[in-house]
Amino acid sequence: MYAQMVKSTGKGVKTREEMSEDERAFQDKIDADTKIEPRDWMPEEYRKTLVRQIGQHAHSEIVGQLPEGNWITRAPTLERKMILLAKVQDEAGHGLYLYCAAETLGVSRDDLTEDLLSGKMKYSSIFNYPTLNWADIGAVGWLVDGAAIMNQVPLQRTSYGPYSRAMIRICKEESFHQRQGYDIMMKMAQGSPEQKRMAQDALDRFWYPSLMMFGPSDKDSVHSAQSMAWKIKINTNDELRQKFVDQTVPQAEYLGLSIPDPDLTWNEETGHYDFTEPNWQEFFDVIKGNGPCNTERMNDRTRAWEDGRWVREGLMAHARKKAARTAAE
Amino acid sequence: MSSVSPSAYPDTESEKKPERKEWPLWEIFIRGQHGMSHRHVGSLHAPDAEMAIKNARDVYTRRNEGVSIWAVESRHIAATVPSEKGPLFEPSESKVYRHPTFFDIPDEVGQM
Amino acid sequence: MTETIDKTALLQFLLRMGDNTLILGHRVSEWCGHSPVLEEDIALANTALDLIGQTQLWLDYAAEVQGEGRTADDLAFLRDAWDFRNVLLVELPNGDFGQTLMRQFLYDAWASIMLGRLQKSADERVREIAEKAAKENAYHVERSADTVVGLGDGTEESHARMQAALDYLYPYVGELFESDATDAAMAEAGIAPDPASLRAEYDAFVGRVMAEATLTIPEKAYVHRGGRSGTMHTEHLGHLLCTMQWLQRAYPGCQW
Repeated sequence: MYAQMVKSTGKGVKTREEMSEDERAFQDKIDADTKIEPRDWMPEEYRKTLVRQIGQHAHSEIVGQLPEGNWITRAPTLERKMILLAKVQDEAGHGLYLYCAAETLGVSRDDLTEDLLSGKMKYSSIFNYPTLNWADIGAVGWLVDGAAIMNQVPLQRTSYGPYSRAMIRICKEESFHQRQGYDIMMKMAQGSPEQKRMAQDALDRFWYPSLMMFGPSDKDSVHSAQSMAWKIKINTNDELRQKFVDQTVPQAEYLGLSIPDPDLTWNEETGHYDFTEPNWQEFFDVIKGNGPCNTERMNDRTRAWEDGRWVREGLMAHARKKAARTAAE
Repeated sequence: MSSVSPSAYPDTESEKKPERKEWPLWEIFIRGQHGMSHRHVGSLHAPDAEMAIKNARDVYTRRNEGVSIWAVESRHIAATVPSEKGPLFEPSESKVYRHPTFFDIPDEVGQM
Repeated sequence: MTETIDKTALLQFLLRMGDNTLILGHRVSEWCGHSPVLEEDIALANTALDLIGQTQLWLDYAAEVQGEGRTADDLAFLRDAWDFRNVLLVELPNGDFGQTLMRQFLYDAWASIMLGRLQKSADERVREIAEKAAKENAYHVERSADTVVGLGDGTEESHARMQAALDYLYPYVGELFESDATDAAMAEAGIAPDPASLRAEYDAFVGRVMAEATLTIPEKAYVHRGGRSGTMHTEHLGHLLCTMQWLQRAYPGCQW
């Protein structure tokens, strides 16, 4: 998802007997659905895992501005331009809310940013794919935001208070994102032959990367088991992926577009679609930095950060001067 | 042991700890409609109070969410210490007579 | 009202207003995802959204006055550079963040005075658009003025960059106050003020802000002109339009 493959302790879930008294009280609170708040006692590994997960989620929102931002200046009507701009602006807002949630755990936004730029922290693999035609903006809203929502809706119930509140705000704002994407897809699918071709091309390129967003199967992962016990992960990757496929296939049919999977079939017995797994080697390549746009995305973020330094420092220097002048009066 | 902590959040973890160039963190409170209290909506960074208010307008009222904004620098928030939760809050749990539902008033008496 | 006045002049005036907001809004939107800090990224997007929203109102009315069954989108996406009537200032490239904010302030300061006058326009539609736009602009100008002051009176580097931005942009300010036959017709009909009449107020306002920003306004700056008359735009506008109009031009007649 926006936070893929987040490592936790790596040791598996402790039994009650193995837990210290503090850890037991902590786990009891989580089991009783009591939220954990910034100054509450928490296991160091819970805190570290959350910083990684929330940080990765925040980075994904910020890097996620880039592929869609790629089309703001080329949006085909004034209204589409405003909608897209408002949406990409929302992503910046979501990144901001999430960085603030991470900051309640005692890390700074600047440190997180530097960890992103140095490659120490990751962001979602999906944003390393290019947006090549206007229908990609539709596909990103429909598929990528659709997949993100699958993950974010349950995360509203996550155990860490500030993260949960950020997710509630994000989900409320995101509800228009997927719909605007599908709205573009409908226009394109019902449009001229060229527009229809753009729509199919976009679906062809974004289908498997969207399925990868949920991360590889984690039913046997010790990290996921610990995260689920702590309620900072609510569903397994496979559960969410299946739910996404089941929801999306009929939407593609309505558009008259074909999903690029010849083996996709409805399974009467399970009540779900059977589908082809994405190419996980490609996923690991992208995560390692070899996706089609990794270099460009990091260059863009680094440039914004470096070129912005004098602005951040200038405004801060002015604020200090002003405060000193006020104090002297 | 004091039941008041000087901040709402734990300290920044940083091995380097050079002079921080980052803009300070602010807590934002917004009055959603006339007649309501200001409620905490989240945080943001700004060089000073004036910019904190402006940034709050741009960040937290994009969907017509507010009629008034308060901003306070996060480091100025005093907070209760979680370990003192028992002595601070539990004593009031036993004072059930403070709640209207403690008293049974016959229906015939009407609205009270 | 509009029947008794020169429709060509009214159309020119509306295009000047709408093209200013369109081109500036487009330029500001180029920042989205690339600003120095998240809070500024979000704020700039709000400014761009307001400007493009205003564009829709001005160009809708322009299309109506033109009376050829066109829409605001047609005017935005299907005219070539020579038909654009924005001032040169707004089509200049973004440069660094300081140059963008300096351009924004120099425009906002003019718009705040212009929109104030237009709220007393004899034309009801102009009045309505100006009323809505003035509220948005009041926030823009406060924010851009604050940023110009903050960066002008910030560090040595930020001061130097802001002074360079002002030196580069100031020769494009004069065009905002040029008057021609269109302006005379608008003033005559009570629809819009003579631009020249806004200059004193503008100079006083900009002078105050630049003083606070510790920046020096260039003396006897040359005046570059040709945008609002359409006689000579900069080379930059053509590239901007190439990007902005590409889909509409490559796939004409589609619904998007």
